[in-house]
Amino acid sequence: MMDRYTKLQMVGIYAAITVFLIFILLPFFEMFMASLRPLEHLFRSPYQFWSDDFSFDAYSKMWETVPLLGRYIFNSIFIASMVTGLTMIFVVPAAYAYARLDFPFKNASLAIFLGVNMFTGAVLLIPLYRVLRTLGLLNTYWAMIVPGVAFLIPTGIWLLRSYLEKIPKELEEAAYVDGASRMYTLRRVVLPLAVPGLIVVGVAVFIGAYAQQFLFAITFNQTRELQPLPAGLYEFIGYQSVTWNEMMAAALVGVLPVMVIFLFLQKYLVAGLTAGAVKE
Amino acid sequence: MVEISQPVTQSHAPQKRKVASEGLFAWLLVGPAMLFIAIIVAWPLAETIRLSFMEAGLGGEEYIGLANYADLADSRKFQQTIVRTFYWMFLSVSLKLILGLIGAVLLNAAVPGRGLFRVLVMPPWVIPIAIGCIGWLWLYNGYFGVLSGAAQAIGLTDGPTEFLAHKTSAFYSAIVTDVWVGTPMVTLFFLAAMQGVSRDLYEAAWVDGAGRWYRFRRITIPQIMPVIVSMALLSAIWTFNSFEIIWILTEGGPRSATTTLIVDTYKVAIGNYKFGEGAARAVIIVILLAIFSLFYLFFLNKVNKHYGVK
Repeated sequence: MMDRYTKLQMVGIYAAITVFLIFILLPFFEMFMASLRPLEHLFRSPYQFWSDDFSFDAYSKMWETVPLLGRYIFNSIFIASMVTGLTMIFVVPAAYAYARLDFPFKNASLAIFLGVNMFTGAVLLIPLYRVLRTLGLLNTYWAMIVPGVAFLIPTGIWLLRSYLEKIPKELEEAAYVDGASRMYTLRRVVLPLAVPGLIVVGVAVFIGAYAQQFLFAITFNQTRELQPLPAGLYEFIGYQSVTWNEMMAAALVGVLPVMVIFLFLQKYLVAGLTAGAVKE
Repeated sequence: MVEISQPVTQSHAPQKRKVASEGLFAWLLVGPAMLFIAIIVAWPLAETIRLSFMEAGLGGEEYIGLANYADLADSRKFQQTIVRTFYWMFLSVSLKLILGLIGAVLLNAAVPGRGLFRVLVMPPWVIPIAIGCIGWLWLYNGYFGVLSGAAQAIGLTDGPTEFLAHKTSAFYSAIVTDVWVGTPMVTLFFLAAMQGVSRDLYEAAWVDGAGRWYRFRRITIPQIMPVIVSMALLSAIWTFNSFEIIWILTEGGPRSATTTLIVDTYKVAIGNYKFGEGAARAVIIVILLAIFSLFYLFFLNKVNKHYGVK
């Protein structure tokens, strides 16, 4: 058939996939190998591809060397969860309005939201710093949560809107005809139907929130106990003697939570994120 | 006649009321999000524009008109930064698109194991960029990185190569890392678009004796063109804005070799507390991004029309 490959073609495809995956996974492999090597072997010259005394020591020692490591991981998860929760509170009603209702300045206001996507926090840091100082939020969790939410709202609205548009209108109209209020219809009819979409958007926002903590953390927060993992580890690089193997172990352990979430939900996530790219 | 017109007006009145209440209700739903964006993004943006006309630092502010912009226009260093940023963007985006297209074709091939391969491509996108960069920092290290180690082992170089210590190699190393971060997303969107192409088209071509390459060129590429254009312009914006990768790998060095507009703005404003000069740079970035976006919308419209997508 059309999809059948000759043996040679199969070999070629697998070889190409292998090269592609090596590029993608090399840093992870390298981090893992570094985490297994005893510190004194890391600096051996010339370079050795294989050490004979790999061990998992770094994974237990790192908790002593970086006493705040557990705290960093907790902070990362906490900040990302708060950002996700708050973002969803803003996104759900707004996305519903854009999916279903007609109102003045609908397109103009949607364009404003999407315009925010063009920026990164990096160009707005100085005034943002002042806003957060005025609100008294510097050096608190909020200093990292509030800007995080602002930059994820547009993406959230965009993703959830396209999901809500696919829910049949008839159910809402039926509830409406039966005399239910708009708010009641939204809460009791639309939201339960949208649960799979809410999960996809929620996870996408969580991953975004987990990934984007670095810049706001190093700029708006000086309190070490509140630092999220990427900023905490970055600070760790600046120490006099970096125990690199432990640092790599810490980085790998730190991304575990988000990797686990991704692995469980990747099928839905990928389908939800790319829905806009596929023609109906 | 009177009997007929009455029910008509009756059915109109509630409809009108419904529209008015719908508008109000909709703004109640959109309002909070809009307000939040206004405080955290729009107001700081306005403030940035105001600051760009000021000589501002930790000490205070003084109005100096267009002096900040005039300084930038005169600065050879700033012109180099702009050129470097565009070169950085062009190279990185091209590589992301080419690799993304190759990756999507490979992952779309009907071979056993492709489900697993699709998952394995995603980690760079899922994990925090800063942590991926720590891995690259290690790879690029001359003494304990595998790249330098391998180069020595096969006799390419005599001693350790510090990829991030020399101007040229640091620039291209940063691009490789940026491509690494951006490729999974591009691959994913291209793959989704390819799967959306109707099988009938391929089968019809196949029956007519068209080979794989022909089918790819004449069916796949035109069918996914709108997504290619979308991703090209979105990647351009993201790459232009990319800060963390450069900051963690090189902090813009060595000797400014990896300083792009965003990094430059950060260094001036946050590193040296020159708020006014930083703000002027930020405004230029915003203007460039706005031009991009207009260009994007215009281009996307054209492509969609050309390929007959609604």
